[in-house]
Amino acid sequence: MTIFLQQVFNGLTLGSIYGLVALGLTLVYGILHIPNFAHGALYMVGAFMSYFFMVDMGVHYWVAMAGSAVVVAVLGIICERLVFHPLRNAPPIHDKIAAIGILLFLEAVVHMFWGSDFRRMSTPFGGVVNLDGVFLREQGILIIASTVVLVVALNLFLRKTMVGATIIAMAQNREGAFLVGIDANRVAMMTFAISGILAAVAATLYAPMNLVYPAMGHLVIMKAFVIIILGGMGSIPGAIVGGMIIGFAEAFGGYYISDAYKDIIAFALLVVILSIRPQGLFAKGAH
Amino acid sequence: MMFKLGALIMHPASKYALLALALLFPALAANEYQVYVMATAFIWAIAVYGFNVITGYCGQLNLAHGGFFAIGAYAVALLTADYGWNFWPAFIGALVITAVLGFLVGAVSLRLKEHYFAIFTLCVGFIIYLLLDKWEELTHGAIGVRGIAAPDGFGLVNFRETIPVYYLILFFLVFIIWFTSRIQKSLLGRTFIAIRNGDDLAESLGINLMKNKILAFVISTTYAGLAGALYAGMIRFVGPEDGNILHTFNMITYLLVGGIGTLFGPLIGTLGIVWITQSLQFLEEYRMIIFGPLLVILVIFFPLGVSGSFLTWMHRKAQALGLGPKKVQQESKVNTAREVENNA
Repeated sequence: MTIFLQQVFNGLTLGSIYGLVALGLTLVYGILHIPNFAHGALYMVGAFMSYFFMVDMGVHYWVAMAGSAVVVAVLGIICERLVFHPLRNAPPIHDKIAAIGILLFLEAVVHMFWGSDFRRMSTPFGGVVNLDGVFLREQGILIIASTVVLVVALNLFLRKTMVGATIIAMAQNREGAFLVGIDANRVAMMTFAISGILAAVAATLYAPMNLVYPAMGHLVIMKAFVIIILGGMGSIPGAIVGGMIIGFAEAFGGYYISDAYKDIIAFALLVVILSIRPQGLFAKGAH
Repeated sequence: MMFKLGALIMHPASKYALLALALLFPALAANEYQVYVMATAFIWAIAVYGFNVITGYCGQLNLAHGGFFAIGAYAVALLTADYGWNFWPAFIGALVITAVLGFLVGAVSLRLKEHYFAIFTLCVGFIIYLLLDKWEELTHGAIGVRGIAAPDGFGLVNFRETIPVYYLILFFLVFIIWFTSRIQKSLLGRTFIAIRNGDDLAESLGINLMKNKILAFVISTTYAGLAGALYAGMIRFVGPEDGNILHTFNMITYLLVGGIGTLFGPLIGTLGIVWITQSLQFLEEYRMIIFGPLLVILVIFFPLGVSGSFLTWMHRKAQALGLGPKKVQQESKVNTAREVENNA
């Protein structure tokens, strides 16, 4: 029972991180219909920025997270302006290739400045809470709590504010949104900024439990893609639910099946599910 | 003047000039290393031709392509090193394995469209990489496979040396280009292009989408398997890094620079970039700082690549000069250029 609860906690932690990354990805997809392959690179840059602020500038963890969020948000806006905006009328294959170009570029730049070493990031929340035999890492508790706060805040922003409503409107119906005078450029930039903030925060939260290195975004982004396909591309609740599914599948699969193969579980799950239901788990109609 | 030069390049005889140059290359090269680099570039070009069939002609971005290259390489490696096969039976085995796996993966993945297909194949590529890395009983895990048999020369030639293996790879490259040109000119090639232009339109013409997409997929994975098998026979060492997704991204760069959906695009792009990278050795580690933005600039401003832009320019020139249909050969090629322009 203790082991089971331990895995539930681990699953929640993993699922929260995956959910946050997938959320950014699904928002961009919902608005612009771009599968942003560069999102993992933004995540990686987020981790390196926090590392840079903490180690080289010596600022506090929270300040570093905020600084990193700002940098990655700006980076997201730049990508939108310089790359995805000019390609808005191009065939879909071009967006994907351009996104891959951004990914390769960002990774090479980070590699140039920091090398390919694995780095450890410190955290003020290094302790462990022993709850009747179940060990809860403080960082894990922080991840789950922050995810809840972020998701609630994002929901409030999208539902209760005028600016958020324009994003929802764009996602629901492009032409309709234009008709009522919504500025597509502003919405696109804002969506990229939000998606960048989510990626940077997720990376800064998860990095102390993992390591910081240029290829750290690869697995995370691919799992995030699995999640948004499972949850329905563009769906916000789908990203959270899908994140939890993958998080739990990995935590339990890693413990009860095989630790070496735990990274394959997410992809195997996707292959099996799409083989049976090509339209995904929650999506209505065919893709 | 430029147009005359262009027409000269498009002349059928220039193909043979190119072939002659390739045949003479070992004699012209300054050292054996250059021949070795050229042979490696040819191997990648074969794989990129496969990528062009599924992505360029058929319009499906298959991000597992590098994975199939690795499967072809591992098939030869494991069959020769662990099971004691000779190279050529293992070579045939690699082609069969990549074709069968291509069929299975294609049958599942091609039910998905556009983004979903790209993401699904990205995941398949990653599964292949993880399996190569983790499935130690079969693949030797992270240490890779050594002791791979070299191609058997039947006592006539020794394919352990660079120059004979160069000619062997050149032979397969020429065969692949010839085979691709046959596909491109045939009804099958036109069917693929029709599918690229739009699923619904193609279906309304009576094209069986699934059957043709799977066929394109199997052809492309078999090309990748062929390239991988030659790679294993030449390098004689394979490791999980050969299945790294970066190889797929490299191939995208090669294809896009050369010209997606054109016959000579894969060759131009691969040779061009491999030699540019070679001459900028100091950039090896950071070359993506240049190639990343290059990819973005290409898709925004020159989505047709070198070959496609050239064909389009020739077509415009020919029209401006009022050259009618009297040059039949040229006309047919120019037509494909226009198609490229319309569809890319």
